[in-house]
Amino acid sequence: MVSSNELLTMTSKGLFCEPGNFYVDPWRPVDHAVITHAHADHARWGSKKYLAADTSAEVLRIRMGEKADLRFQPLGKSQTINGVSVTFYPAGHILGSAQVKIERAGYATVVSGDYKRNPDPTCQAFEPVRCHTFITESTFGLPIYRWPDPQTVFDGIDRWWKLNQDSGKTSILLAYSLGKAQRLLSGIDSSIGPIYTHGAVEKLNAGYRRSGVELPETTYVGEVDSKEVDWSQALVVAPPSAVGGPWSKRFGKISVAMASGWMQIRGTRRRRSMDAGFILSDHVDWADLMQTIHDTEAENIWVTHGYSDVVVRYLKEKGFNAKVVETEFTGEQLEGETEQAS
Amino acid sequence: MRDFCELYWRLDSTTKTTEKVLALEAYFCQAAPKDAIWAIYFLTGSRIKRLVKTGLLRQWATEEAGMSQWLFEECYDRVGDLAETISLVLPSKQPAQGKSAPSLQSLIENQLMPLREMEEAELRESVVKLWQQFDQRERFVLGKLMMGGFRVGVSKRLVIRALAKHTGIDAATITHRLMGHWEPTVEFYEELIDPDENETAISKPYPFFLANPLKEEPASLGEVGQWVAEWKWDGIRAQVIRRQGQTFIWSRGEDLVTDQFPEVETAASELPDGTVLDGEILGWDQSNGRPLAFNQLQRRLGRKKLGKKLFTEVPVVLLAFDLIETGGVDVRESSLADRQSQLHQVLSGLTSKAIQEPPKVVEGPSQDWKSLARARESSKAMRAEGLMLKRVNSSYQVGRPVGDWWKWKVDPYTIDAVLIYAQRGHGRRANLYSDYTFAVWKEDGLVPFAKAYSGLTDAEMRKVDKFVRKNTNEKFGPVRSVTPELVFELAFENIQRSTRHKSGVAVRFPRISRWRHDKKPVDADRLETIVSMLDDD
Repeated sequence: MVSSNELLTMTSKGLFCEPGNFYVDPWRPVDHAVITHAHADHARWGSKKYLAADTSAEVLRIRMGEKADLRFQPLGKSQTINGVSVTFYPAGHILGSAQVKIERAGYATVVSGDYKRNPDPTCQAFEPVRCHTFITESTFGLPIYRWPDPQTVFDGIDRWWKLNQDSGKTSILLAYSLGKAQRLLSGIDSSIGPIYTHGAVEKLNAGYRRSGVELPETTYVGEVDSKEVDWSQALVVAPPSAVGGPWSKRFGKISVAMASGWMQIRGTRRRRSMDAGFILSDHVDWADLMQTIHDTEAENIWVTHGYSDVVVRYLKEKGFNAKVVETEFTGEQLEGETEQAS
Repeated sequence: MRDFCELYWRLDSTTKTTEKVLALEAYFCQAAPKDAIWAIYFLTGSRIKRLVKTGLLRQWATEEAGMSQWLFEECYDRVGDLAETISLVLPSKQPAQGKSAPSLQSLIENQLMPLREMEEAELRESVVKLWQQFDQRERFVLGKLMMGGFRVGVSKRLVIRALAKHTGIDAATITHRLMGHWEPTVEFYEELIDPDENETAISKPYPFFLANPLKEEPASLGEVGQWVAEWKWDGIRAQVIRRQGQTFIWSRGEDLVTDQFPEVETAASELPDGTVLDGEILGWDQSNGRPLAFNQLQRRLGRKKLGKKLFTEVPVVLLAFDLIETGGVDVRESSLADRQSQLHQVLSGLTSKAIQEPPKVVEGPSQDWKSLARARESSKAMRAEGLMLKRVNSSYQVGRPVGDWWKWKVDPYTIDAVLIYAQRGHGRRANLYSDYTFAVWKEDGLVPFAKAYSGLTDAEMRKVDKFVRKNTNEKFGPVRSVTPELVFELAFENIQRSTRHKSGVAVRFPRISRWRHDKKPVDADRLETIVSMLDDD
């Protein structure tokens, strides 16, 4: 079924473009890596040279360190590598996230990386790209995942924060330090109270601000004398790993919430024993996944990390030429839980 | 309905008892009585039976979502809860047509109850209309109202606590008023929250007085003469009510079991009106003057029809050890000694042996702890689990207060626990869910406490396996979480503190000693009970 025009093959190191001699988001060190975005399961250390969209420059540098050989290319501009044309298009996942279009002799493959289509002012909006083969993620590839309007989610977070202020509790909001944290910061009502951040979040806030993304004022928790702060009025944004350890002791009475697509399911919320769970994801939900596949007009759909079996079976029923591509990407996962186990 | 949904999600979002009570209190403050009583009805574990078959709901939701059966199954597999899966896959709610949401009472009485009378086509249309009225979170709660299994970490005890705080009526009174069967009506609600005494429905049982396990040496209880020793029977705790020419037999799980024990019912008809007895129902071996083995009694339980053969082979008696009401007067405040001497008089008037006084542990008052300890050693011969020690001047109290009633079991290490996880076994049991995780109560939740896989007969194991398959809520790899419904008695050799176990204790050689068909999850032991068995403090 696979067309002989295919430009990419799956290898033990990752998606490989043989004619171009480069990999896309490889999970082992290679000579030439094209990177969709700066999350750790896509941008891994150890490759000799990296190419990424220029919008990701600041955050990718923070993640990869000074020594990495990073090259950047503007969105929408093509570069020919060994006769293969490579173009980045915005993916809407986090700041600088891009889809990679790989094209030769009139045959185009698009690697989506992670992407979403819900509004997010902290990054460029997703653009559907017409192609022959579309390689898509499927982190939330089940019809039960249907994202609410982000504004209603932010309103809910604001209400939770105010409620905690009234009952004298520090609001701890858990989110990925790259992407989700900044999206939250830009979406909430910062006039409610002071906002503090975990070190991992603050580091990336700086990268976002340098990239021109407007974020409300934040203070790194480590910079202040805990005893002098009235934490009960504050919102603290931290990665999920921060709570439970000594780090959160300083805040006194706390209310812990998490913002993630997984929060759609009650059992997940309860197992994490959160005080509140907000449904906010940087991935497509089921409807947007299907819409996107439709928009690309692709004949061949390769489905990676997530519910790839389910999505492939569904697409086949709908007459698509679909297959599962096993990757080592983990997508948006909850720490300490094997969400995909069932 | 909207307020109730909000209450549901507020309760669901916290594991803290105090916050749950606050949420309930806030709800009772603003809810109309007609809605409040339905909320109490559901939160205390009652359900509307036979509303719509879950299979149909599943099928219609799949159709309405426009998806294939397999895709629905994939979703269900991920979510692990049918009501929730349905709420998630259905198309978004229709824009409101200017109508405000119905009240809880109106929803139940005007929209849900009529479903029971409908033919399938009309039923489908009505259910779909219902779904369209609500958003996802409301549909979830609606699903729970329709399918039952309202588990939101709220126990009856918690609802009672909130009601007591809300009304200023003491919890014991509320507990009593909520006993037995009642209809969720405004009238009942008003009686429930009436600060004045009101007339008791003739079938209404009293809350049972329960004992705590004795952890210290009995000598620590002080003067032996202050204590009455009784055998701790291994049967079914029951309350027998005789009022206005009618008899009601209640089990501890508040099931009306009158029909199951006709011998006792007949004997009770000789009791004067206004009599309530507390005792233990046992299969009785008349010739030896002791109970039959528990599994004999078990043959009599849960049957629709009782054959003649069973009546001859397993005759039952009520060993009445306490008197709660006599002459229509609540005598719970009298001392145990007074109650028991009145009990003796009441029972001496009976001709039937199906209600009798229990055989005594020692004749006359207890002389010293040593002789009681010796008597306790002969429990097995008496088919008893050990001794009960009751303070001679104690009143009949509500629930499990510490201090006046102790159970002094022969084998201190048995507890009743609820099955919560099951896993397929190995080898011979490869296709059976035969490895279990059991939980006990901690605050208002169940906490896993021990794993056990031996002790059941093959036939029992197959029954549990069937239950597991039908009642799986979630799958974690090979492990399934099941609806907490089955209660087993676990026995174990030793108990130690553990930081590795969620429960904080680890037990040695746990095994299932028997399946407690007669118990419900609420009757399972509490973690405190287990912790109190620890030897190290």
